[in-house]
Amino acid sequence: MEAVVDELPVILGAFWLTVKLTVVSGVISLVWGIVLAAMRVSPLPVLRGAGALYVNVLRNTPLTLIIVFCGLGLGTVMNVQFSQDDLSLNSFWLSIVGLSAYTSAFVCEVVRSGINTVPLGQAEAARAIGLTFLQTLRLVILPQAVRAVIAPLGSLLNALVKNTTVAAAIGVMEAALRMKNLFDAHGDAIIPIFLGFAAGFIVLTLPLNLLSGRLAQRLAVAR
Amino acid sequence: MKDRATVLYDIPGPRTRLRNNVLTLAFGVVLLLAAYFVWTKFDEKGQWDGKLWQPFLQADTWTELILPGLRNTLTAAVVAAVLALLFGAVFGIARLSDHRWVRIPAAVVVEGFRAIPLLMMIFFAQYGGSLAGLTVSEFAAVVFGLMVYNGSVLAEIVRAGILAVPRGQAEAGYAMGLRKNQVMRLILLPQAVTAMMPAIVSQLVVLLKDTALGFVVAYADLLNAGARVVPANYANLIPSVIVIAVVYILINLALGYLANWLERRSRRSRKISADPAAAEMAGGEVALAR
Repeated sequence: MEAVVDELPVILGAFWLTVKLTVVSGVISLVWGIVLAAMRVSPLPVLRGAGALYVNVLRNTPLTLIIVFCGLGLGTVMNVQFSQDDLSLNSFWLSIVGLSAYTSAFVCEVVRSGINTVPLGQAEAARAIGLTFLQTLRLVILPQAVRAVIAPLGSLLNALVKNTTVAAAIGVMEAALRMKNLFDAHGDAIIPIFLGFAAGFIVLTLPLNLLSGRLAQRLAVAR
Repeated sequence: MKDRATVLYDIPGPRTRLRNNVLTLAFGVVLLLAAYFVWTKFDEKGQWDGKLWQPFLQADTWTELILPGLRNTLTAAVVAAVLALLFGAVFGIARLSDHRWVRIPAAVVVEGFRAIPLLMMIFFAQYGGSLAGLTVSEFAAVVFGLMVYNGSVLAEIVRAGILAVPRGQAEAGYAMGLRKNQVMRLILLPQAVTAMMPAIVSQLVVLLKDTALGFVVAYADLLNAGARVVPANYANLIPSVIVIAVVYILINLALGYLANWLERRSRRSRKISADPAAAEMAGGEVALAR
């Protein structure tokens, strides 16, 4: 127990990194996922094909492989650099690239299933008043579709919180890797440290679940 | 799906067809340019050199380096899948128990393990095991993590599947004088399992993908072969990771088709009264996310 109290600043720092990873890659994958969903329902076969290819490849590849590809492949071999002097900042951004690329494929599928819940009449009415495809999507379909999938998007965000731990594979000092280091430093306090980190993740995910459930109810489209 | 999506736009007239063709051409060019840009960037670093890809044409690269990794990945996945299914069945049924002292601990276990990231469980298995005086191999740590995490998700799928069987089924069983465990064993589970099958298979795909986390604790799996062993021999990290990714994608696509086929089959079958979609909704939401 003492070890947890002593190391509290370190633990909180690790969770702060987890939160940063989640928020940044969450925002990027939401935007990119919606773009992908729009591509997958567009009238142009080229865009549909490209979107489908992206989603099927990324969804069936293990996240660890994607993160390793970003960290070692893009980072070390291809020399992609986000920060010249700060190595940990560089791997932070590289892992965000991996997390966003992966999560956006799932966001795309969720949004697409949301588009399916919008009644046919909505799209027909939009076309009847002369809206173009992009206008129909932006003004009529997407606002209803996204509201219908708040709860699944919430559980995606929840999974993303847990998935940020995979960034440990390229040495980002988020919660899981920090926990391993603390195990090494305090061999006598493994169970308290584990319980501390477990509690941290429960604190992060539980409010998310409650909030997304609430939001889903409040924003539901009355039909 | 396909005809639903097309309600977004009309059958194109002559002008729209022309515009669509122009746009198709424009986007096609943009996508090709993007692909070309990536290609040249990799080319600048010499990633398309024949000598980096050459090893994958030699049989011994596969038999000596990659296939042993694949075998380890599949072993871990199969062992973990069997254990996770058992774990899920036990805890899923326990959560539906009439006794509060069974129901509540089971709920705490399932909800707890679902909230903790898999990688943390793997680290904990390694260090916690040595605390208890055991030497935990990487294999055991990975399998333990996969079992408790995926087992907890499967427990939720099992619970949802059993709850999706209409109440009349259980009531009819009790009316015939069956005992509680007979109703569960003979009436509810057989119907629930059929309904849950697609959700279970998609969770097993997740489990297979998650075995790649063994890489972090240096378990000699497929990813380890592709990102450590082969590049150590031929200094070809990018080609090697791409080849390994293709192997993962093929395996997962095959399992995905199996899930779809099972779903279509159970939808056609009239023998079961539980709604596969209901079980899918409850479990699938979790399964979808990882």
